Amino acid sequence: MSTETTAPIKKAREKGIVSYLMSQLRTVGLLVAFLVLLALMQFLTDGSLLTPQNITSVLNGNSYILILAIGMVMVIIAGHIDLSVGSVVALIGAVTGVITVTWGLPWWVAVIGGLFIGCVVGAWQGIWVAYVGIPAFIVTLGGMLTFRGLAQITLGNIPITPFPDSYVAIGAGFLPRMGERGVGVDPITMAIGAIVAAVLVVLEVRERMGRQKLGLEQEPQAWFIVRAAVTAAFILLVAWQLSQYAGIPIIVVVLGVLVAIYTTVMNRSVFGRSVYARGGNLTAAKLSGINTKKIDFLLFVNNGFIGAIAGIAFTARSNSAGPNAGNMFELDAIAACFIGGAAVTGGVGTVIGAMLGGLIMATLNFGMYLMGLGSDVQQFIKGLVLLAAVAFDVFNKSRGVRN
Amino acid sequence: MNDHILEMRSITKTFPGVKALSDVTIQVERGEVHAICGENGAGKSTLMKVLSGVYPHGDYEGQIILEGEEVTFGSIRDSEKAGVVIIHQELALSPYLSIAENIFLGNERKSGLLIDWNATNVQAAELLRRVGLRENPATKIMDIGVGKQQLVEIAKAMSKDVKLLILDEPTAALNDEDSAHLLDLIRGLRDQGVTCIIISHKLNEIRAIANHVTVIRDGQVIETLDLQSGEVSEDRIIKGMVGRELTNRYPERESHIGAEVLRIENWTVHHPQQHDRVVVDHANVVVRAGEVVGIAGLMGAGRTELAMSVFGHSYGSNISGQLYLDGNPIEAKSTGAAIRHGIAYATEDRKKYGLNLIEDIKRNISLAGLPKLAPNGWVDGNRETVVANDYRRSMRIKAPSVAVKTGTLSGGNQQKVVLSKWMFTEPEVLILDEPTRGIDVGAKFEIYGIINQLVDAGKAVIVISSELPELLGICDRIYTLAEGRITGDFPVADATPETLIRYMTLEKD
Repeated sequence: MSTETTAPIKKAREKGIVSYLMSQLRTVGLLVAFLVLLALMQFLTDGSLLTPQNITSVLNGNSYILILAIGMVMVIIAGHIDLSVGSVVALIGAVTGVITVTWGLPWWVAVIGGLFIGCVVGAWQGIWVAYVGIPAFIVTLGGMLTFRGLAQITLGNIPITPFPDSYVAIGAGFLPRMGERGVGVDPITMAIGAIVAAVLVVLEVRERMGRQKLGLEQEPQAWFIVRAAVTAAFILLVAWQLSQYAGIPIIVVVLGVLVAIYTTVMNRSVFGRSVYARGGNLTAAKLSGINTKKIDFLLFVNNGFIGAIAGIAFTARSNSAGPNAGNMFELDAIAACFIGGAAVTGGVGTVIGAMLGGLIMATLNFGMYLMGLGSDVQQFIKGLVLLAAVAFDVFNKSRGVRN
Repeated sequence: MNDHILEMRSITKTFPGVKALSDVTIQVERGEVHAICGENGAGKSTLMKVLSGVYPHGDYEGQIILEGEEVTFGSIRDSEKAGVVIIHQELALSPYLSIAENIFLGNERKSGLLIDWNATNVQAAELLRRVGLRENPATKIMDIGVGKQQLVEIAKAMSKDVKLLILDEPTAALNDEDSAHLLDLIRGLRDQGVTCIIISHKLNEIRAIANHVTVIRDGQVIETLDLQSGEVSEDRIIKGMVGRELTNRYPERESHIGAEVLRIENWTVHHPQQHDRVVVDHANVVVRAGEVVGIAGLMGAGRTELAMSVFGHSYGSNISGQLYLDGNPIEAKSTGAAIRHGIAYATEDRKKYGLNLIEDIKRNISLAGLPKLAPNGWVDGNRETVVANDYRRSMRIKAPSVAVKTGTLSGGNQQKVVLSKWMFTEPEVLILDEPTRGIDVGAKFEIYGIINQLVDAGKAVIVISSELPELLGICDRIYTLAEGRITGDFPVADATPETLIRYMTLEKD
């Protein structure tokens, strides 16, 4: 009896780091794929991809998709989908445009108003999905049309532009830096980067020590050190590059805060756990005392809220609220989630995975653009990448589960 | 020499680790109604699957002789071509298609490449007339009741020139009137020369309609009785069904029964879709601290429905009645409320309804008791792992760590995860629905041991099981349930398999 149960543990220890990495194949694979892609693109563009200005531009230009992917991955983990977020972006742009430009109210009124409308829009869809029981695909397909129409009615089909500078700063502004843009290395940016890296490493070490104290640690020490070092180095490298251009974009700060909050929510809160349980097995979740309707409702409210943040960011960055803003954003966000390891059937996925998925798409986009490839070729390749990523997941899953 | 339409000779069918059928031989006469009965899991359905080609030739040992010639069916299609048609308990009709389309599904009336709708509807109408169903062939299946759907199944069988019709529990889901009509129809078919094999738990029906009955127990034919003389009583059939020795397969336990914990009073539940169909009918059940109470009932008697409706109204509509916990009336209209009141329910189908198979052991164990690990909304992940590890050890879940996905575990270990999950909610009452289904003998013994530990700790346990020996082996008291009504309440000392089956099959007056 005892030899039978301890044998597999011993065997796992002997195999050590390799078997641990195999068990984390999805996460590790995603990270490696991203780094390989960066290297490949850097090579193919003769080193022009990872310049300070380009990195700033990629982060700024994709932040709103990454923000959308945070909410989207939660919806997908629960086993739903949301096709309406692109239209929500347009609607919120129109609403904030009316508040700031037409009515001349300050930027923060527009932000609060936009977030509120986002929640209302989310609640509207949440009621239909959770309490009426209409599939999210249908409800949000309807929302995609309805909210696009609402945005166009609000705008009278004429773009609102320009926005006040204070509003534009949300999407196009930077944290303060010393000296002129593009000259020298900015110490403020580097300091912020160093603080963020240090905080992350300290948190990780504290968690690991907590687990070790209880004798629960599974992760080999060597891998832990590699992982912490790579994370810290990555943040410092990005900060180094950003500090040589304009500093840290405000929208990247917003994104970072959102990622931190939602990663914690999904991993550590009862709500987050309920979302995974709901997506993994709806009946089992219900029979375990989870109010799955409430979970569904809150998820859509949250996605409306996140859609509003992305809408504000996009409108600010483009300094314009147009009737066709945010077109197809939902598909980019959904692709980011699936490349990032979320499963169509629900129950699987992470916020960090969706971020990596989004960054992979962004790197591909920008790299191919620098190489001078047309949008035809870009779409062709992106489609194949999406398919390959999901095929890898399917393969990985069939390898892991017994019959 | 009788004229046998069918002979199955020495049929043996094994599944990995289990011998489902062992040397089964039966003979069915031409133009008779032949009943097959036995307890749940005795091997009746397996035998019919062998006969109808669900298990193809070569998958079993033995011979099937149909009309004097050996047949080797490779699939259901082959058996249907030979005139053997099976109607399963769960009807196989497509709800959105019309009656006529369903009758000829897979067997379409065609002219050239296209479907001949006139022929389809005319022939369907003729078949409906033969089975006595007055409906327009264009009516959709979803718009007619279960009783009529059953008749459509028979019409569909007749469209295939059926010689031997197999009906698996045909009246299980029907009300009395529909059942009577169906039995009349079966008699009519017999008079038209169609031989019928009918699997049924309802012994009075068997006596009313069948010429012979073959009793199967533990995968073996016990006897074939001739019912035509009318001398064979229901008790005689029951004796054949259960006559097995109870060996020492259950751990010893001394009962210390305390105060009443849960009282279910006047509990009535209706079907979730068909709001006028009563599924549980004024049931009264009491369970005390330190007591294991069994609920015995046939499939469709309303066992699971009773348990799930009590557990936070997770089944049914128009639920009426009152629950009392420790003598105080309680309201538990959601599963969350039921859990907070100290009620736990481990489902009958752990893979479908009990576990999140793509999630690990740890998170499955913590799910129902998550609020305990998260006093302020944030889950203490380390304590969660500690708790899960404690259960892994105490319940002897065989897995290298609690980070293993539950989908990779064996049935017995999955069930231990489910039990751990509910024990972690610290319930006062545990309702266990078929806790040992599909689990090997060793793990069963361990699960009985866990049940004993629970009642020794003063909990109340309700066990729903199709296996009477199991109920007799572990319970202090057993309720019998028939057609949604509690028909009996026996201290285990007074209960015998015969009396239980008698009350489980008690019909409404």
